Amino acid sequence: MTKLITSETIPGGKHWSMIVWRNNRLKLTDLEGGANVGMLFFNPMNLLERYNAPDTLKCQHTFKLTAGHCLYSDMGRIFCSIVDDTFGWHESVCGNTTKASTVRKWGESSYQTDRNDWYQNGHDSFLVEAAKRGLGRRDLPANVNWFSKAVVADDGSLSLDETAAKPGASVELRFEMDTLVLLHTCPHPLSDAPEFPRKPVLYELFEGPPATADDPNRLSAPENMRGFENNRIYQAGCCTRGHA
Amino acid sequence: MIKESVLDPAAARYRKVVLAGQYWMEVVRKGETLRIVDLEGNQAVDTLFFNADDPAEHFSASDTIREQRNIYLTAGTTLMSDLCRPMLTITADTVGRHDTIGGACSAESNTVRYALDKKTMHSCRDNFLLAVAENDRFGLSKHDIAHNINFFMNVPVTPDGGLKFDDGLSAPGKYLELQAEMNVIVLISNCPQLNNPCNAYNPTPIEVLIWGAGD
Repeated sequence: MTKLITSETIPGGKHWSMIVWRNNRLKLTDLEGGANVGMLFFNPMNLLERYNAPDTLKCQHTFKLTAGHCLYSDMGRIFCSIVDDTFGWHESVCGNTTKASTVRKWGESSYQTDRNDWYQNGHDSFLVEAAKRGLGRRDLPANVNWFSKAVVADDGSLSLDETAAKPGASVELRFEMDTLVLLHTCPHPLSDAPEFPRKPVLYELFEGPPATADDPNRLSAPENMRGFENNRIYQAGCCTRGHA
Repeated sequence: MIKESVLDPAAARYRKVVLAGQYWMEVVRKGETLRIVDLEGNQAVDTLFFNADDPAEHFSASDTIREQRNIYLTAGTTLMSDLCRPMLTITADTVGRHDTIGGACSAESNTVRYALDKKTMHSCRDNFLLAVAENDRFGLSKHDIAHNINFFMNVPVTPDGGLKFDDGLSAPGKYLELQAEMNVIVLISNCPQLNNPCNAYNPTPIEVLIWGAGD
């Protein structure tokens, strides 16, 4: 049913990017528990179309992201569907660590003293991967943080539930259009870990079948049925690539 | 947190009523105070801020809620930029809670949320895009349209991770004030959304006032 294209373990505190074709699947596994994967999505044919966290959350009336949810662009289209999730609660409002916050939390670290084990931050990671594709600071919206359960109390206070960490937890995305994916494995910005968390993440890229007419993500809400219809119109009427 | 203003509207250097569905874009200088008044109650005021001296730096919802570790904006909140620098501080608020998670309405998100044929209805993002096009001296474009604040909107998170669009806590005449920590471009879309019960399907005018620094 699905054929593995490639797999790789990315150490903690690193970054990468890739284009994932429509219908292919990206599976992430938190090998040790306590990892964080920051992720952003863009349309490689029009880089101005990008992941929109507010549209994604409000159209599905959700704060957390989990199986059944779809991740939307600012153009009303679905980049990918969360087709499987053994973690249960990922967040998309907290953003990234920065150089300054990393020094405040975990102290100074540099390439000169630590070589490739220096404390990389999420903000700079996205800047590097974005620049590879001609994108800059102005293009970076709010990102997803996979494997990070940010919770909100009645008074609005926001915290990271670090007890939710689960070794072997995985989340699988099926792409509903060709998508540029930027990712990093830097710590979550609300992490209170005493030492710089350096948690490896396995990613596997599979060829997979497209969503069927009775696909659970498509049918999970009338909003997602309309999102899938926007994708269908886009693929049928606008997309000139032959493979679709 | 409810905090009343001590400023006298008669002393404001600028006053303007912004009609429902219109945009408003002006520079507020460091030290000046901006007041936004919800004239008729439960209006959504979608707002973006840019550094007037380097418009590539913009308001960041993520940086703001992360740094204060709270998703609600109210008196005492510092609005942060994407470089995690203070842009403005909320110095008065008679509502108590404002949203920055729900984002703006757009033609495209309306197709998903309501129906595909709602795409031709007026939206906040259309306002933002027209505003940056008509005010091209600032050098802004779609690249810069980041996630906004929804002043006067109440969007609580449930214990099981849901997101609700509750009736607003606002009412006719409620307001908030922001003091600028840098020179800022303020871009407001006075939301024209006609599909959402949170404004009783009836967008209404707001008033904006600016007091000079030291007033």
